[in-house]
Amino acid sequence: MNLDEIEKDLLKRVADISGVPEGAYNFRINGKSVGKKSTKNIDVKSKAEESGIDVFIEPGTKKDVVHIPVILSESGHKETVYNDFYIGDNSEVTIVAGCGIYNCGVKNSIHDGIHAFHVGKNCKVKYIEKHYGTGPSAGKILNPTTELHLDESSYVKLELEQIAGVDSTSRLTKADLKNDAKIEIEEKLLTHGRQIAKSNIEVTLEGENSTADIVSRSVARDTSKQNFKLHITGKTTCRGHSECDAIIMDDAKVIATPSLDAESLNAELIHEAAIGKIAGEQLTKLMTLGLTPDQAESKIINGFLK
Amino acid sequence: MDKSFHGSGYKTERDALELKNISFLIINGERNRHVLDNISFKFKPGELIVLTGPNGSGKSTLAEIIVGIKSPKSGQILLGGEDITSKNITERAKLGISYSFQQPICFKGVTVRDLLEIARPENQAFKELEIVGLEKDEYLDREVNKTLSGGELKRIEIATVLARNSKVMIFDEPEAGIDIWSFDNLIKVFKKLRQKNKDKIIIIISHQKPIMDIADRVIILKKGSL
Ligand SMILES: Nc1ncnc2c1ncn2[C@@H]1O[C@H](COP(=O)(O)OP(=O)(O)OP(=O)(O)O)[C@@H](O)[C@H]1O
Ligand SMILES: [Mg+2]
Repeated sequence: MNLDEIEKDLLKRVADISGVPEGAYNFRINGKSVGKKSTKNIDVKSKAEESGIDVFIEPGTKKDVVHIPVILSESGHKETVYNDFYIGDNSEVTIVAGCGIYNCGVKNSIHDGIHAFHVGKNCKVKYIEKHYGTGPSAGKILNPTTELHLDESSYVKLELEQIAGVDSTSRLTKADLKNDAKIEIEEKLLTHGRQIAKSNIEVTLEGENSTADIVSRSVARDTSKQNFKLHITGKTTCRGHSECDAIIMDDAKVIATPSLDAESLNAELIHEAAIGKIAGEQLTKLMTLGLTPDQAESKIINGFLK
Repeated sequence: MDKSFHGSGYKTERDALELKNISFLIINGERNRHVLDNISFKFKPGELIVLTGPNGSGKSTLAEIIVGIKSPKSGQILLGGEDITSKNITERAKLGISYSFQQPICFKGVTVRDLLEIARPENQAFKELEIVGLEKDEYLDREVNKTLSGGELKRIEIATVLARNSKVMIFDEPEAGIDIWSFDNLIKVFKKLRQKNKDKIIIIISHQKPIMDIADRVIILKKGSL
Protein backbone atom coordinates (compact mmCIF):
# COMPACT_ATOMS: atom_id res chain seq x y z
CA MET A 1 0.00 0.00 0.00
CA ASN A 2 1.41 3.38 -0.94
CA LEU A 3 0.08 6.16 1.24
CA ASP A 4 1.13 9.78 1.25
CA GLU A 5 1.58 11.78 4.46
CA ILE A 6 -1.96 13.19 4.45
CA GLU A 7 -3.45 9.74 4.00
CA LYS A 8 -1.27 8.29 6.72
CA ASP A 9 -2.35 11.03 9.12
CA LEU A 10 -6.04 10.47 8.33
CA LEU A 11 -5.62 6.76 8.85
CA LYS A 12 -3.99 7.30 12.21
CA ARG A 13 -6.80 9.57 13.30
CA VAL A 14 -9.77 7.52 12.21
CA ALA A 15 -8.51 3.99 12.77
CA ASP A 16 -5.57 4.53 15.11
CA ILE A 17 -3.25 2.54 12.87
CA SER A 18 -0.02 3.30 11.10
CA GLY A 19 0.40 0.88 8.25
CA VAL A 20 -1.05 -2.57 7.87
CA PRO A 21 -3.03 -3.72 10.92
CA GLU A 22 -3.32 -7.16 12.48
CA GLY A 23 -6.26 -9.29 11.39
CA ALA A 24 -8.62 -8.79 8.50
CA TYR A 25 -8.96 -5.45 6.75
CA ASN A 26 -10.11 -3.48 3.76
CA PHE A 27 -8.63 -0.07 2.98
CA ARG A 28 -10.68 2.11 0.74
CA ILE A 29 -8.99 5.20 -0.65
CA ASN A 30 -10.69 7.56 -3.10
CA GLY A 31 -13.22 4.95 -4.12
CA LYS A 32 -10.85 2.03 -4.61
CA SER A 33 -9.97 -0.87 -2.40
CA VAL A 34 -6.19 -0.53 -2.10
CA GLY A 35 -5.61 -3.36 0.32
CA LYS A 36 -7.75 -6.23 1.47
CA LYS A 37 -7.09 -9.24 3.64
CA SER A 38 -9.19 -12.12 4.92
CA THR A 39 -8.18 -14.35 7.79
CA LYS A 40 -9.06 -17.91 8.74
CA ASN A 41 -12.29 -16.81 10.41
CA ILE A 42 -13.08 -13.59 8.64
CA ASP A 43 -13.79 -13.40 4.96
CA VAL A 44 -13.72 -9.95 3.35
CA LYS A 45 -15.26 -9.88 -0.15
CA SER A 46 -15.84 -7.03 -2.56
CA LYS A 47 -19.42 -6.73 -3.72
CA ALA A 48 -20.08 -7.57 -7.35
CA GLU A 49 -23.03 -5.30 -8.06
CA GLU A 50 -22.31 -2.16 -6.09
CA SER A 51 -19.41 -0.63 -4.22
CA GLY A 52 -18.64 -1.98 -0.82
CA ILE A 53 -17.79 -5.20 0.89
CA ASP A 54 -19.38 -8.21 2.54
CA VAL A 55 -17.69 -9.42 5.67
CA PHE A 56 -18.44 -12.93 6.88
CA ILE A 57 -17.40 -13.81 10.39
CA GLU A 58 -17.36 -17.52 11.25
CA PRO A 59 -19.39 -18.66 14.25
CA GLY A 60 -17.25 -18.96 17.36
CA THR A 61 -14.61 -16.47 16.21
CA LYS A 62 -12.87 -15.06 19.27
CA LYS A 63 -11.11 -11.75 19.83
CA ASP A 64 -10.61 -10.90 16.17
CA VAL A 65 -10.39 -7.40 14.73
CA VAL A 66 -11.50 -6.07 11.35
CA HIS A 67 -10.33 -2.67 10.09
CA ILE A 68 -12.27 -1.01 7.30
CA PRO A 69 -11.06 2.59 7.10
CA VAL A 70 -12.12 4.94 4.32
CA ILE A 71 -10.00 7.85 3.14
CA LEU A 72 -11.02 10.60 0.73
CA SER A 73 -8.15 12.83 -0.27
CA GLU A 74 -9.22 13.84 -3.80
CA SER A 75 -11.44 16.88 -3.77
CA GLY A 76 -14.81 16.31 -5.36
CA HIS A 77 -14.95 12.57 -4.76
CA LYS A 78 -18.50 11.40 -4.11
CA GLU A 79 -19.43 7.87 -3.18
CA THR A 80 -22.06 5.65 -1.66
CA VAL A 81 -20.68 2.48 -0.18
CA TYR A 82 -22.53 -0.57 1.12
CA ASN A 83 -20.83 -2.72 3.75
CA ASP A 84 -22.59 -5.78 5.13
CA PHE A 85 -21.45 -7.78 8.11
CA TYR A 86 -22.64 -11.31 8.83
CA ILE A 87 -21.49 -12.23 12.29
CA GLY A 88 -21.84 -15.91 13.20
CA ASP A 89 -23.17 -17.10 16.57
CA ASN A 90 -20.92 -16.96 19.64
CA SER A 91 -18.37 -14.61 18.07
CA GLU A 92 -16.40 -11.85 19.73
CA VAL A 93 -15.14 -9.22 17.32
CA THR A 94 -14.10 -5.61 17.15
CA ILE A 95 -14.81 -3.72 13.97
CA VAL A 96 -12.99 -0.47 13.39
CA ALA A 97 -14.52 1.68 10.69
CA GLY A 98 -13.98 5.39 10.30
CA CYS A 99 -13.69 7.92 7.56
CA GLY A 100 -11.17 10.65 7.05
CA ILE A 101 -11.58 13.39 4.45
CA TYR A 102 -8.97 15.82 3.22
CA ASN A 103 -10.33 18.54 0.99
CA CYS A 104 -8.26 21.27 -0.59
CA GLY A 105 -10.38 21.83 -3.68
CA VAL A 106 -13.54 23.72 -4.50
CA LYS A 107 -15.86 20.74 -4.77
CA ASN A 108 -17.62 18.76 -2.09
CA SER A 109 -16.17 15.46 -1.00
CA ILE A 110 -18.90 13.10 0.11
CA HIS A 111 -18.88 9.66 1.66
CA ASP A 112 -22.19 7.98 2.33
CA GLY A 113 -21.45 4.75 4.16
CA ILE A 114 -24.31 2.33 4.55
CA HIS A 115 -23.54 -0.41 7.02
CA ALA A 116 -25.70 -3.38 7.94
CA PHE A 117 -24.87 -5.73 10.78
CA HIS A 118 -26.47 -9.12 11.14
CA VAL A 119 -25.37 -10.17 14.60
CA GLY A 120 -25.82 -13.82 15.55
CA LYS A 121 -26.80 -15.28 18.91
CA ASN A 122 -24.53 -14.76 21.92
CA CYS A 123 -22.13 -12.49 20.10
CA LYS A 124 -20.08 -9.69 21.55
CA VAL A 125 -19.38 -6.98 19.02
CA LYS A 126 -17.69 -3.66 19.38
CA TYR A 127 -18.02 -1.23 16.49
CA ILE A 128 -15.88 1.89 16.49
CA GLU A 129 -16.50 4.63 13.95
CA LYS A 130 -14.52 7.85 13.94
CA HIS A 131 -14.99 10.72 11.55
CA TYR A 132 -12.43 13.36 10.85
CA GLY A 133 -12.01 16.09 8.28
CA THR A 134 -9.07 18.30 7.44
CA GLY A 135 -7.75 20.51 4.66
CA PRO A 136 -8.45 24.14 3.80
CA SER A 137 -11.75 23.72 1.94
CA ALA A 138 -15.21 23.23 3.30
CA GLY A 139 -17.44 20.62 1.70
CA LYS A 140 -16.38 17.61 3.75
CA ILE A 141 -19.55 15.65 4.02
CA LEU A 142 -20.28 12.33 5.71
CA ASN A 143 -23.65 10.64 5.87
CA PRO A 144 -23.45 7.29 7.61
CA THR A 145 -26.32 4.89 7.95
CA THR A 146 -25.89 2.01 10.34
CA GLU A 147 -28.45 -0.73 10.65
CA LEU A 148 -28.12 -3.42 13.26
CA HIS A 149 -30.08 -6.61 13.82
CA LEU A 150 -29.25 -8.27 17.11
CA ASP A 151 -30.18 -11.89 17.59
CA GLU A 152 -30.85 -13.44 21.01
CA SER A 153 -28.43 -12.72 23.86
CA SER A 154 -26.08 -10.76 21.65
CA TYR A 155 -24.33 -7.63 22.82
CA VAL A 156 -23.20 -4.74 20.64
CA LYS A 157 -21.35 -1.65 21.69
CA LEU A 158 -21.18 1.25 19.26
CA GLU A 159 -18.68 4.03 19.70
CA LEU A 160 -19.41 6.86 17.30
CA GLU A 161 -17.12 9.84 17.35
CA GLN A 162 -16.81 12.98 15.29
CA ILE A 163 -14.49 15.45 16.89
CA ALA A 164 -13.34 17.76 14.14
CA GLY A 165 -13.44 18.99 10.61
CA VAL A 166 -16.59 17.51 9.14
CA ASP A 167 -18.73 20.26 7.63
CA SER A 168 -21.95 18.42 7.29
CA THR A 169 -23.09 15.12 8.61
CA SER A 170 -26.39 13.35 8.77
CA ARG A 171 -26.27 10.11 10.66
CA LEU A 172 -28.94 7.46 10.90
CA THR A 173 -28.49 4.59 13.33
CA LYS A 174 -31.18 1.92 13.58
CA ALA A 175 -31.25 -1.20 15.68
CA ASP A 176 -33.68 -3.96 16.49
CA LEU A 177 -33.12 -6.44 19.29
CA LYS A 178 -34.34 -9.96 20.00
CA ASN A 179 -34.69 -11.62 23.44
CA ASP A 180 -31.97 -10.79 25.97
CA ALA A 181 -29.98 -8.77 23.46
CA LYS A 182 -28.26 -5.62 24.60
CA ILE A 183 -27.03 -2.56 22.77
CA GLU A 184 -24.94 0.32 24.05
CA ILE A 185 -24.46 3.38 21.91
CA GLU A 186 -21.97 6.05 22.84
CA GLU A 187 -21.95 9.07 20.60
CA LYS A 188 -19.51 11.96 20.85
CA LEU A 189 -19.72 14.97 18.68
CA LEU A 190 -18.02 18.32 18.45
CA THR A 191 -18.94 20.89 15.86
CA HIS A 192 -17.41 24.27 15.23
CA GLY A 193 -17.42 27.01 12.62
CA ARG A 194 -20.55 26.69 10.49
CA GLN A 195 -20.77 22.92 10.68
CA ILE A 196 -24.03 21.07 10.74
CA ALA A 197 -24.59 17.69 12.35
CA LYS A 198 -27.71 15.61 12.54
CA SER A 199 -28.01 12.34 14.34
CA ASN A 200 -31.02 10.15 14.36
CA ILE A 201 -31.01 7.04 16.51
CA GLU A 202 -33.89 4.58 16.50
CA VAL A 203 -33.86 1.49 18.65
CA THR A 204 -36.63 -1.09 18.75
CA LEU A 205 -36.67 -3.45 21.69
CA GLU A 206 -38.61 -6.37 20.25
CA GLY A 207 -37.42 -9.23 22.40
CA GLU A 208 -38.09 -9.93 26.06
CA ASN A 209 -35.48 -8.52 28.42
CA SER A 210 -33.69 -6.68 25.68
CA THR A 211 -31.94 -3.50 26.77
CA ALA A 212 -30.66 -0.32 25.18
CA ASP A 213 -28.43 2.32 26.65
CA ILE A 214 -27.78 5.36 24.49
CA VAL A 215 -25.54 8.19 25.62
CA SER A 216 -24.94 11.14 23.37
CA ARG A 217 -22.54 13.88 24.42
CA SER A 218 -21.85 16.85 22.26
CA VAL A 219 -20.27 20.27 22.19
CA ALA A 220 -21.41 22.91 19.71
CA ARG A 221 -19.21 25.96 19.21
CA ASP A 222 -19.25 29.07 17.04
CA THR A 223 -22.34 29.11 14.81
CA SER A 224 -22.57 25.36 14.34
CA LYS A 225 -25.85 23.50 14.55
CA GLN A 226 -26.70 20.10 15.92
CA ASN A 227 -29.92 18.19 15.79
CA PHE A 228 -30.51 14.98 17.72
CA LYS A 229 -33.43 12.63 17.55
CA LEU A 230 -33.38 9.68 19.86
CA HIS A 231 -36.22 7.24 19.71
CA ILE A 232 -36.72 4.02 21.66
CA THR A 233 -39.62 1.67 21.12
CA GLY A 234 -40.33 -1.00 23.71
CA LYS A 235 -42.61 -3.79 22.55
CA THR A 236 -42.39 -6.12 25.51
CA THR A 237 -40.62 -6.48 28.88
CA CYS A 238 -37.50 -4.47 28.21
CA ARG A 239 -35.39 -1.59 29.44
CA GLY A 240 -34.32 1.44 27.48
CA HIS A 241 -32.37 4.48 28.57
CA SER A 242 -31.22 7.39 26.51
CA GLU A 243 -29.30 10.45 27.53
CA CYS A 244 -28.57 13.46 25.44
CA ASP A 245 -26.19 15.92 26.96
CA ALA A 246 -24.98 18.98 25.06
CA ILE A 247 -22.79 21.96 25.84
CA ILE A 248 -23.44 25.03 23.72
CA MET A 249 -20.98 27.84 23.28
CA ASP A 250 -20.84 31.09 21.33
CA ASP A 251 -23.82 31.28 18.94
CA ALA A 252 -24.31 27.58 18.40
CA LYS A 253 -27.68 25.86 18.33
CA VAL A 254 -28.65 22.44 19.56
CA ILE A 255 -31.99 20.74 19.23
CA ALA A 256 -32.61 17.48 21.05
CA THR A 257 -35.82 15.59 20.49
CA PRO A 258 -36.21 12.51 22.58
CA SER A 259 -39.12 10.20 22.18
CA LEU A 260 -40.19 7.03 23.83
CA ASP A 261 -42.76 4.60 22.62
CA ALA A 262 -43.88 2.02 25.15
CA GLU A 263 -46.11 -0.61 23.60
CA SER A 264 -46.11 -2.84 26.65
CA LEU A 265 -46.92 -2.29 30.28
CA ASN A 266 -43.58 -3.87 31.11
CA ALA A 267 -41.44 -1.62 29.00
CA GLU A 268 -39.28 0.60 31.20
CA LEU A 269 -38.08 3.53 29.16
CA ILE A 270 -36.24 6.59 30.38
CA HIS A 271 -34.93 9.63 28.62
CA GLU A 272 -32.71 12.37 29.99
CA ALA A 273 -31.75 15.46 28.05
CA ALA A 274 -29.76 18.50 29.05
CA ILE A 275 -28.52 21.35 26.93
CA GLY A 276 -26.68 24.28 28.38
CA LYS A 277 -23.54 26.30 28.55
CA ILE A 278 -20.49 25.14 30.49
CA ALA A 279 -21.36 25.17 34.17
CA GLY A 280 -19.92 28.35 35.65
CA GLU A 281 -19.09 26.65 38.91
CA GLN A 282 -16.94 24.08 37.11
CA LEU A 283 -14.96 26.88 35.48
CA THR A 284 -14.66 28.63 38.83
CA LYS A 285 -13.38 25.52 40.59
CA LEU A 286 -10.68 24.90 37.98
CA MET A 287 -9.65 28.55 38.08
CA THR A 288 -9.20 28.36 41.85
CA LEU A 289 -6.79 25.53 41.08
CA GLY A 290 -4.77 27.90 38.91
CA LEU A 291 -6.10 27.36 35.37
CA THR A 292 -6.88 30.33 33.15
CA PRO A 293 -10.50 30.57 31.94
CA ASP A 294 -9.47 29.18 28.53
CA GLN A 295 -7.53 26.29 30.03
CA ALA A 296 -10.43 25.52 32.35
CA GLU A 297 -12.86 25.54 29.42
CA SER A 298 -10.84 23.12 27.34
CA LYS A 299 -10.28 20.83 30.32
CA ILE A 300 -14.04 20.64 30.89
CA ILE A 301 -14.80 19.99 27.23
CA ASN A 302 -12.07 17.39 26.82
CA GLY A 303 -13.32 15.58 29.90
CA PHE A 304 -16.90 15.77 28.69
CA LEU A 305 -16.03 14.23 25.32
CA LYS A 306 -13.48 11.77 26.65
CA MET B 1 7.03 47.89 57.32
CA ASP B 2 5.96 46.28 60.56
CA LYS B 3 8.57 43.81 61.78
CA SER B 4 6.91 42.94 65.04
CA PHE B 5 6.55 39.30 64.05
CA HIS B 6 10.26 38.73 63.56
CA GLY B 7 11.72 36.26 65.99
CA SER B 8 8.40 34.79 67.02
CA GLY B 9 8.46 32.09 64.32
CA TYR B 10 6.36 34.15 61.97
CA LYS B 11 7.55 35.46 58.69
CA THR B 12 7.23 39.16 58.20
CA GLU B 13 3.85 40.77 58.14
CA ARG B 14 4.40 41.29 54.47
CA ASP B 15 2.81 37.88 54.01
CA ALA B 16 -0.42 38.85 55.75
CA LEU B 17 -3.84 38.77 54.13
CA GLU B 18 -5.66 41.94 54.89
CA LEU B 19 -9.28 42.91 54.41
CA LYS B 20 -9.99 46.62 54.45
CA ASN B 21 -13.53 47.94 54.77
CA ILE B 22 -15.12 45.11 52.77
CA SER B 23 -18.84 45.49 52.09
CA PHE B 24 -21.08 43.20 50.12
CA LEU B 25 -24.65 43.96 49.23
CA ILE B 26 -27.47 41.80 48.03
CA ILE B 27 -30.08 43.57 45.99
CA ASN B 28 -33.41 41.98 46.59
CA GLY B 29 -36.17 43.87 44.84
CA GLU B 30 -36.48 47.27 46.43
CA ARG B 31 -34.53 46.31 49.50
CA ASN B 32 -30.77 46.02 49.73
CA ARG B 33 -29.22 43.92 52.41
CA HIS B 34 -25.69 44.33 53.67
CA VAL B 35 -24.38 40.78 53.94
CA LEU B 36 -20.96 42.16 54.84
CA ASP B 37 -20.81 45.60 56.35
CA ASN B 38 -17.45 47.35 56.32
CA ILE B 39 -15.32 44.42 57.43
CA SER B 40 -11.65 44.89 58.24
CA PHE B 41 -9.39 42.10 59.40
CA LYS B 42 -5.78 40.98 59.20
CA PHE B 43 -4.90 37.28 58.85
CA LYS B 44 -1.30 36.70 59.86
CA PRO B 45 1.08 34.04 58.57
CA GLY B 46 1.36 31.01 60.84
CA GLU B 47 -2.16 31.43 62.12
CA LEU B 48 -5.04 29.02 62.02
CA ILE B 49 -8.21 31.04 62.17
CA VAL B 50 -11.69 29.66 62.56
CA LEU B 51 -14.47 31.77 61.13
CA THR B 52 -17.86 30.96 62.56
CA GLY B 53 -21.31 32.46 62.85
CA PRO B 54 -24.96 31.67 62.16
CA ASN B 55 -26.21 30.28 58.86
CA GLY B 56 -26.51 33.02 56.31
CA SER B 57 -24.19 35.37 58.17
CA GLY B 58 -21.90 35.73 55.15
CA LYS B 59 -18.98 33.39 55.91
CA SER B 60 -18.91 31.74 52.50
CA THR B 61 -19.48 35.10 50.86
CA LEU B 62 -16.42 36.47 52.61
CA ALA B 63 -14.36 33.48 51.48
CA GLU B 64 -15.60 33.92 47.90
CA ILE B 65 -14.58 37.56 48.01
CA ILE B 66 -11.08 36.61 49.13
CA VAL B 67 -10.80 34.01 46.35
CA GLY B 68 -12.20 36.34 43.70
CA ILE B 69 -15.44 34.50 42.96
CA LYS B 70 -17.46 37.49 44.16
CA SER B 71 -16.50 41.15 44.04
CA PRO B 72 -17.08 43.35 47.05
CA LYS B 73 -19.18 46.46 46.67
CA SER B 74 -16.39 48.40 48.30
CA GLY B 75 -13.17 47.77 50.14
CA GLN B 76 -9.79 46.27 49.42
CA ILE B 77 -8.04 42.93 49.75
CA LEU B 78 -4.29 42.96 50.28
CA LEU B 79 -1.97 39.99 50.10
CA GLY B 80 1.54 40.69 51.32
CA GLY B 81 0.81 44.39 51.03
CA GLU B 82 -0.23 44.10 47.38
CA ASP B 83 -3.75 45.15 46.47
CA ILE B 84 -5.32 42.12 44.76
CA THR B 85 -8.91 43.41 44.73
CA SER B 86 -9.00 43.71 40.94
CA LYS B 87 -7.26 40.40 40.23
CA ASN B 88 -9.28 37.49 38.89
CA ILE B 89 -9.61 34.01 40.39
CA THR B 90 -6.74 32.51 38.39
CA GLU B 91 -4.37 35.31 39.29
CA ARG B 92 -5.21 35.01 42.96
CA ALA B 93 -4.77 31.23 42.80
CA LYS B 94 -1.32 31.77 41.33
CA LEU B 95 -0.49 34.27 44.06
CA GLY B 96 -1.29 31.56 46.58
CA ILE B 97 -4.93 31.61 47.58
CA SER B 98 -6.92 28.41 47.52
CA TYR B 99 -10.42 27.49 48.59
CA SER B 100 -12.17 24.25 49.45
CA PHE B 101 -15.78 24.86 48.45
CA GLN B 102 -18.65 24.39 50.88
CA GLN B 103 -20.51 22.50 48.16
CA PRO B 104 -18.06 20.37 46.18
CA ILE B 105 -18.35 20.83 42.42
CA CYS B 106 -19.27 17.89 40.19
CA PHE B 107 -17.97 17.39 36.66
CA LYS B 108 -18.54 15.09 33.72
CA GLY B 109 -15.55 13.07 32.61
CA VAL B 110 -13.08 14.84 34.88
CA THR B 111 -11.37 12.41 37.26
CA VAL B 112 -9.93 12.79 40.74
CA ARG B 113 -6.49 12.38 39.13
CA ASP B 114 -7.23 15.25 36.72
CA LEU B 115 -8.16 17.61 39.55
CA LEU B 116 -5.14 16.73 41.65
CA GLU B 117 -2.83 17.10 38.64
CA ILE B 118 -4.29 20.51 37.89
CA ALA B 119 -3.94 21.48 41.54
CA ARG B 120 -0.29 20.53 41.52
CA PRO B 121 1.24 19.60 38.17
CA GLU B 122 4.62 18.61 39.65
CA ASN B 123 5.32 15.88 42.21
CA GLN B 124 2.44 13.53 41.69
CA ALA B 125 2.37 11.10 44.56
CA PHE B 126 -1.28 11.89 45.24
CA LYS B 127 -0.62 11.56 48.94
CA GLU B 128 -3.36 14.10 49.67
CA LEU B 129 -5.90 11.36 48.99
CA GLU B 130 -4.38 9.16 51.67
CA ILE B 131 -4.31 12.17 54.00
CA VAL B 132 -8.07 12.61 53.69
CA GLY B 133 -8.48 8.86 54.11
CA LEU B 134 -9.24 7.77 50.56
CA GLU B 135 -7.57 4.74 49.01
CA LYS B 136 -5.51 5.93 46.03
CA ASP B 137 -6.07 2.88 43.87
CA GLU B 138 -9.78 3.03 44.41
CA TYR B 139 -10.41 6.73 43.83
CA LEU B 140 -7.77 8.18 41.51
CA ASP B 141 -9.56 7.25 38.30
CA ARG B 142 -13.10 7.83 39.51
CA GLU B 143 -14.97 10.65 37.84
CA VAL B 144 -15.76 13.58 40.10
CA ASN B 145 -19.53 13.28 39.83
CA LYS B 146 -22.58 12.31 41.83
CA THR B 147 -21.65 8.61 41.83
CA LEU B 148 -19.28 9.58 44.65
CA SER B 149 -20.94 9.97 48.04
CA GLY B 150 -21.28 13.39 49.64
CA GLY B 151 -18.53 12.66 52.13
CA GLU B 152 -16.22 11.33 49.42
CA LEU B 153 -16.76 14.43 47.28
CA LYS B 154 -16.06 16.63 50.27
CA ARG B 155 -12.80 14.84 51.03
CA ILE B 156 -11.68 15.07 47.40
CA GLU B 157 -12.47 18.78 47.51
CA ILE B 158 -10.28 19.16 50.60
CA ALA B 159 -7.52 17.09 48.94
CA THR B 160 -7.38 19.50 45.97
CA VAL B 161 -6.62 22.37 48.33
CA LEU B 162 -4.08 20.35 50.31
CA ALA B 163 -2.43 19.53 46.97
CA ARG B 164 -2.04 23.21 46.13
CA ASN B 165 -0.29 23.75 49.44
CA SER B 166 -0.60 27.48 48.94
CA LYS B 167 0.08 30.44 51.19
CA VAL B 168 -3.56 30.99 52.06
CA MET B 169 -5.83 27.97 52.40
CA ILE B 170 -9.52 28.40 53.10
CA PHE B 171 -11.67 25.41 54.02
CA ASP B 172 -15.41 26.02 53.99
CA GLU B 173 -17.13 23.70 56.48
CA PRO B 174 -14.71 20.83 55.86
CA GLU B 175 -16.53 18.68 58.41
CA ALA B 176 -19.85 18.74 56.52
CA GLY B 177 -20.97 15.25 55.58
CA ILE B 178 -17.89 13.62 57.06
CA ASP B 179 -18.31 10.75 59.53
CA ILE B 180 -17.06 10.95 63.13
CA TRP B 181 -13.98 8.77 62.57
CA SER B 182 -12.84 10.78 59.61
CA PHE B 183 -13.67 13.96 61.48
CA ASP B 184 -11.09 13.06 64.15
CA ASN B 185 -8.60 12.40 61.37
CA LEU B 186 -9.44 15.71 59.74
CA ILE B 187 -8.70 17.59 62.94
CA LYS B 188 -5.32 15.89 63.08
CA VAL B 189 -4.70 16.92 59.47
CA PHE B 190 -5.38 20.59 60.24
CA LYS B 191 -3.33 20.49 63.42
CA LYS B 192 -0.38 19.08 61.52
CA LEU B 193 -0.83 21.56 58.71
CA ARG B 194 -0.71 24.36 61.26
CA GLN B 195 2.36 22.97 63.04
CA LYS B 196 4.36 22.28 59.89
CA ASN B 197 3.71 25.59 58.22
CA LYS B 198 4.74 28.69 60.09
CA ASP B 199 4.26 30.88 57.04
CA LYS B 200 0.79 29.86 55.92
CA ILE B 201 -2.59 31.28 56.69
CA ILE B 202 -5.19 28.61 57.34
CA ILE B 203 -8.78 29.75 57.51
CA ILE B 204 -11.43 27.23 58.46
CA ILE B 205 -15.09 28.11 58.31
CA SER B 206 -16.81 25.87 60.81
CA HIS B 207 -19.56 25.43 63.38
CA GLN B 208 -17.68 22.69 65.23
CA LYS B 209 -16.22 23.10 68.72
CA PRO B 210 -13.34 20.59 68.18
CA ILE B 211 -12.18 22.66 65.21
CA MET B 212 -12.43 25.91 67.17
CA ASP B 213 -10.31 24.24 69.86
CA ILE B 214 -7.31 23.98 67.54
CA ALA B 215 -7.59 27.60 66.35
CA ASP B 216 -5.23 30.41 67.22
CA ARG B 217 -8.15 32.78 66.96
CA VAL B 218 -11.87 32.30 66.47
CA ILE B 219 -13.78 35.08 64.78
CA ILE B 220 -17.53 35.35 64.69
CA LEU B 221 -19.43 36.87 61.83
CA LYS B 222 -22.84 38.19 62.80
CA LYS B 223 -25.19 40.59 61.08
CA GLY B 224 -22.51 41.58 58.60
CA SER B 225 -19.84 42.39 61.16
CA LEU B 226 -16.99 40.58 62.88
N1 LIG C 1 -26.94 35.09 44.84
C1 LIG C 1 -27.60 35.36 45.98
N2 LIG C 1 -28.88 35.84 45.95
C2 LIG C 1 -29.54 36.11 47.08
N3 LIG C 1 -29.02 35.94 48.29
C3 LIG C 1 -27.77 35.47 48.40
C4 LIG C 1 -26.99 35.15 47.26
N4 LIG C 1 -25.80 34.72 47.66
C5 LIG C 1 -25.82 34.73 49.01
N5 LIG C 1 -27.00 35.21 49.44
C6 LIG C 1 -27.38 35.42 50.86
O1 LIG C 1 -26.27 35.95 51.52
C7 LIG C 1 -26.26 35.52 52.85
C8 LIG C 1 -24.90 34.99 53.19
O2 LIG C 1 -24.70 33.75 52.55
P1 LIG C 1 -23.45 32.85 52.86
O3 LIG C 1 -23.52 31.66 51.99
O4 LIG C 1 -22.22 33.66 52.79
O5 LIG C 1 -23.71 32.43 54.39
P2 LIG C 1 -22.88 31.47 55.33
O6 LIG C 1 -22.51 32.26 56.52
O7 LIG C 1 -21.79 30.82 54.58
O8 LIG C 1 -23.98 30.42 55.76
P3 LIG C 1 -23.88 28.83 56.06
O9 LIG C 1 -23.43 28.70 57.48
O10 LIG C 1 -25.28 28.37 55.92
O11 LIG C 1 -22.96 28.24 55.08
C9 LIG C 1 -27.39 34.53 52.99
O12 LIG C 1 -28.46 35.14 53.61
C10 LIG C 1 -27.71 34.15 51.57
O13 LIG C 1 -29.07 33.83 51.45
MG1 LIG D 1 -21.43 28.94 53.95
